[in-house]
Amino acid sequence: MSFQEKLEKNVWGMIAMVAVVVSIGGIVEIVPLFYLDNTMEKLNKDEDSIRPYTALQLEGRDVYIREGCYLCHSQMIRPFRDEKERYGHYSLAVESKYDHPFQWGSKRTGPDLARVGAKYSDEWQVQHLKAPRSLVPESVMPDYAFLADAKLDDSLTESKMRALKAVGVPYSDEDFKSAASAVRGKTEMDAMVAYLQVLGTMVKFQEGRDYRE
Amino acid sequence: MVAKELEGQTYNLKIVKWFSVCAVIYLVVGALVGDFIAWQLAFPSLNFDPHLSFGRLRPLHTNAVIFAFGGCTLMATAFYIVQRTCEVPLWSSKLAWFTFWGWNAIIVSAVVSFPMGWTQGKEYAELEWPIDIAIAVVWLSYMGNFIMTIANRRTSHIYVANWFFLGMMVMITYLHVVNSLAVPVTMTKSYSIFSGVQDAMIQWWWGHNAVGFFLTAGFLGIMYYFVPKQANLPIFSYRLSVLHFWALMFGYVWLGAHHLQYTALPDWAGSLGAAVSIAMIIPSWGGAINGLMTLSGAWNKLRDDYVLRFLVVSLAFYAMSTFEGPVMSVKTVNALSHYTDWTIGHVHSGALGWVAMVSIGAIYHLLTRLWDTKIYSVSLVNTHFWIHTIGTVFYVCAMWVSGIMQGLMWRATDDYGNLTYTFAESVAAMHPYYVLRSVGGFLVLVGGLIMLYNVVMTIRGAGRTAARA
Repeated sequence: MSFQEKLEKNVWGMIAMVAVVVSIGGIVEIVPLFYLDNTMEKLNKDEDSIRPYTALQLEGRDVYIREGCYLCHSQMIRPFRDEKERYGHYSLAVESKYDHPFQWGSKRTGPDLARVGAKYSDEWQVQHLKAPRSLVPESVMPDYAFLADAKLDDSLTESKMRALKAVGVPYSDEDFKSAASAVRGKTEMDAMVAYLQVLGTMVKFQEGRDYRE
Repeated sequence: MVAKELEGQTYNLKIVKWFSVCAVIYLVVGALVGDFIAWQLAFPSLNFDPHLSFGRLRPLHTNAVIFAFGGCTLMATAFYIVQRTCEVPLWSSKLAWFTFWGWNAIIVSAVVSFPMGWTQGKEYAELEWPIDIAIAVVWLSYMGNFIMTIANRRTSHIYVANWFFLGMMVMITYLHVVNSLAVPVTMTKSYSIFSGVQDAMIQWWWGHNAVGFFLTAGFLGIMYYFVPKQANLPIFSYRLSVLHFWALMFGYVWLGAHHLQYTALPDWAGSLGAAVSIAMIIPSWGGAINGLMTLSGAWNKLRDDYVLRFLVVSLAFYAMSTFEGPVMSVKTVNALSHYTDWTIGHVHSGALGWVAMVSIGAIYHLLTRLWDTKIYSVSLVNTHFWIHTIGTVFYVCAMWVSGIMQGLMWRATDDYGNLTYTFAESVAAMHPYYVLRSVGGFLVLVGGLIMLYNVVMTIRGAGRTAARA
């Protein structure tokens, strides 16, 4: 009796064999990412100012996720000439090391936002979020005017930061203490703009350096 | 034949009926939401904030078609096939009804969750942690019942369709649990325990295998039962099924990395994903050929067998999508196709062409057998067939053209090396294709409504006949 035939007569053997066979690919591709040194690019002190999001930026990021922005906007610039022209330096893995979950996206119905930070003024961002077509007539983005009327719930900010700390984001006791006051009275619009304005601004790139050796 | 006598025991066909009817209802709901968000992209004034905006409804569409329509189809067919091929009733009817009500409760909770904006922010795994736990429990009840029914079987060998279902059940358990690991903040908010590059790899390991196992392995189980059954012929090649099965189980798992070509994921992972993707053409086409060749010598049946027509076209789309996918995973092609509508077109040629067609065929097959009656209207089934096929072709062609055009417009430069088009110009250029896609989606929706009407009328007809008898 062949091995295959044995499996066809024994459901437990079949399940065990399937479980082994389907595990291999995932183990080979995923596990090394957690320990291989070259998964994350090495930055020197002048380049690296990657830090966790502030309380307000974090709240903005949660609005971004809630509204499903990632379904139309990527945050991952590829190393192509046209993307450099349009969006800036290609994205690094280290830049999203505090992003739980990652927001690289998979579709560009709208443009990439990985380096949208500091590209436009706060006023532009607010107006664009309220009525995208007032600034970009071709846009198909929904209006997000309601964000300006929605006050943030400051009672949750600290627990959000503590949850992130539990999975490795280095927030300090100082951050926890000031979390609620930092978002008190602010709107979801303020938070969203704060988040957008920090995107892609935490690394000072050196001209000509190849970060993906 | 409401229930076949088996030494005093009877098949549980009632559960199959209920899941089948649910599948048809969710097909309509999923297509309705999908077509609505397609129109939103063509005419953004259709966004009604905050609850009915594109960003909140898109997960509702994907979850409705994958887990509500696809899930109910898989549960109906798996519970039917396992009883027929093992010649025993379901191990536990109580557990099966738990699966039924549990799964539907999860679907209802999704319908509430997404418009409210409760999401984990990971594609096709958006549902928040309490619902994720419920999914795991209900899924295990489905798997446990299926496995125990096989363990009780009266046949000596486990039929090939059941291998595919088993593979799907094991892998989906794995994927769902790992990808959904999160640290809760409130009942409706949590953060993935993974971040950045690792989270991206795990998400696409899940994302592509939701396609590879849920939407492919499971539906191949359907194919391996219903194609030979409907054609009344044995499957073309046993050896090919063995190859198809094990190569699929081994290979599909590697493909997720091809969604991350040229990103910050290390190069070796993306290349590995692409290499295995290309190799996957062989088992996929082996499977498609196995299904199609089962009909050799019986092609004349296509002339008047309305079920077989759906099954055959689904296999043609399966073959096409499993060729297109590996092509798109190659780095040079991916550089153009990634982030564009081409991906959406590819997914829908698989979803509308393969998954929906094979499901619709299987449900029409089940309908007359479960209710022991004649179909209410064959011509409505034929109308459904053509309207669904034409709608799919509209949809897919529109997205191919718009996707490739997008990719080319983004990278175009003039003689001085400046970008030729602004991003906004590429958005404007998409408009006619977004309209065409919405029309295609509308046809699919109308097809679904025709099917629902036909199913309801057939069941009502069966009820009247039974009452007279």
